[in-house]
Amino acid sequence: MSKQKNSFLEWIDKRFPMTVTWRAHLSEYYAPKNFNFWYFFGSLALLVLVNQLVTGIFLTMSYKPDASLAFASVEYIMRDVDYGWLIRYMHSTGASMFFVVVYLHMFRGMIYGSYRKPRELLWLIGMAIFFVLMSLAFTGYILPWGQMSYWGAQVIVSMFEAIPFIGETLHNWILGDFMLSDAALNRFFAYHVVTLPVLIVVLVFVHIIALHEVGSNNPDGIEIKENKNPATKIPVDGIPFHPYYTVKDIFGVIGFLIVFCGIIFFAPEMGGYFLEYNNFIPANTLQTPDHIAPVWYFTPYYSMLRAVTVNFLWIDAKLWGVFLMVAGVAVFCFLPWLDRSPVKSIRYKGPIFKFALTMFVISFFVLGWLGTQSPTPLYTLLAQIFSVIYFAFFILMPWYSKIDKTKPEPKRVTK
Amino acid sequence: MNNIKIFLLALCLAPMALYAAEPGMPIDKAPIDITDNESLQRGADTFVNYCLTCHGASFMRYNRHRDIGLDNEAIVLDKLVKTDQKAGDLMLSAMRKNEGEEWFGVAPPDLSVIARSRGADWLYTYLRAFYRDDTTVPGWNNLVFDRAAMPHVLYEFQGIQKLRVQNVGGKEIKSLELVKPGLMTVSEYDRYVADLVNYLVYIGEPIANERKRIGMIVMIFLFGMLGLTYLLYREYWRDIH
Repeated sequence: MSKQKNSFLEWIDKRFPMTVTWRAHLSEYYAPKNFNFWYFFGSLALLVLVNQLVTGIFLTMSYKPDASLAFASVEYIMRDVDYGWLIRYMHSTGASMFFVVVYLHMFRGMIYGSYRKPRELLWLIGMAIFFVLMSLAFTGYILPWGQMSYWGAQVIVSMFEAIPFIGETLHNWILGDFMLSDAALNRFFAYHVVTLPVLIVVLVFVHIIALHEVGSNNPDGIEIKENKNPATKIPVDGIPFHPYYTVKDIFGVIGFLIVFCGIIFFAPEMGGYFLEYNNFIPANTLQTPDHIAPVWYFTPYYSMLRAVTVNFLWIDAKLWGVFLMVAGVAVFCFLPWLDRSPVKSIRYKGPIFKFALTMFVISFFVLGWLGTQSPTPLYTLLAQIFSVIYFAFFILMPWYSKIDKTKPEPKRVTK
Repeated sequence: MNNIKIFLLALCLAPMALYAAEPGMPIDKAPIDITDNESLQRGADTFVNYCLTCHGASFMRYNRHRDIGLDNEAIVLDKLVKTDQKAGDLMLSAMRKNEGEEWFGVAPPDLSVIARSRGADWLYTYLRAFYRDDTTVPGWNNLVFDRAAMPHVLYEFQGIQKLRVQNVGGKEIKSLELVKPGLMTVSEYDRYVADLVNYLVYIGEPIANERKRIGMIVMIFLFGMLGLTYLLYREYWRDIH
């Protein structure tokens, strides 16, 4: 039996580098042995991506991308398709959990300095995935064609109108109409189920290839490749990804599924945060809701959009808002070059960085909460204050990361 | 050009100001229990007799009522379907959309998922907050939905309420007073509306009970797996220090 299997493998290996690939990426890919809780979220992001792809395929089998049929087709899936409700809740919960997992994955990178040299490109590829993910979430949220789908999208696409000179033409070109309508629903459906999923799968593949080229960072922020066993050329602090991290990640997956299934089966609306109550009203092009709020994962940026209330430097407040919002996402791309600290990990960074990061996390949550609320003068002021703190974390980093009092890094990874 | 567009948009949206719902009274907690089949069946009966004439529940099929104990098609047909429709048909309104618009100014909304957008508590309060108001077209008004287009369909059960406005310390406090009792006592009518709202919650997501039942099995399985995968992980990692 074993001999037969080996000859079969040989046959394959002569035609395709199967064993080589297996070794390079799994059984002989050496990862630092001190990964902690924060290192679950990479594999979990992959799990959620697969969940979205598989459930998404089943949803397209019954969904109708037609402004007059879309809303009813979603309810048809919820009622008349066998286990359609489960597939739909897996997809809607998956969308929100994708952002939970990706935000935590990014936060891991921020606390342990995973964006630092030599992982700058890995970080940028990750940012590209984040942009595509946001586009996927936006185009997907339009599809149920409820009131929030419609008016939320209306707010987003109207931002293109703020661009000087070409704004209106661009807006109409994107929508294929003068307002959000059936034409836009059809093209956003095409982006959501073909263009963007293909892009994200390719980018995730490239992300993993880049990771395995430079090797994983770890909670100590030191390079395990600098300390190899002279005889075997294997990092002394490295362990093969398979089986050690595959079994550990399976445990992480089950832990994640407990949360994920808890939401799907017991709170699929998640108190109106994962499925907004107003999205159970079919889209009405003549009736603007009193209060338009995007889904929770966009609310920090939505707050920044609304924070600018004055025209400044001959530029319209709305355009500044759009600029600030885009900058709020794009600013992460510059992290590898903003951080001038001699150490990577928060374990050895000083009190100024810890304070700055805490303020950043607080401002992210406050902006997120404000984005779900109707604006009042007080809330707008708060949004302005916390937007400043948010950006200060990045803009001031070259200075505070340099003067901060750091601790010496260890030679070997610690527990 | 831009100003003209904004003006036109404002003009289109102007009538919608009428629908801005500002609750004039606190929202009561609805006594909902979607596992109570008897309550759901009573609610179904009320819904079919009083709501379905104008409103549809057009994502819901009659024979879906097997969920709430009306599993025999004959029972469904006998109890709920009083027209020439079949058990597998969708619960469509008897009124056409354009007729609704003509008669009420706005087509009565489909109620399939109304409980998911409005919430049970709002519906429960709304259906008990109608009062006589001769200044409106239908002759009725509502404390939680000012100038609702719908007349008080269930008034013969509840009776007639009147609005009482008191001035307490410069602040207007609105309350309702039953001036002519209906066929039911107040508590009977509350129960009657609760059954109806319970039914609306049920048709909003007919799978809800089944979802939670399957969820329990899934959770038991996952917690078992959590223990097993943890042991597997410890076993593999025994030699890593």
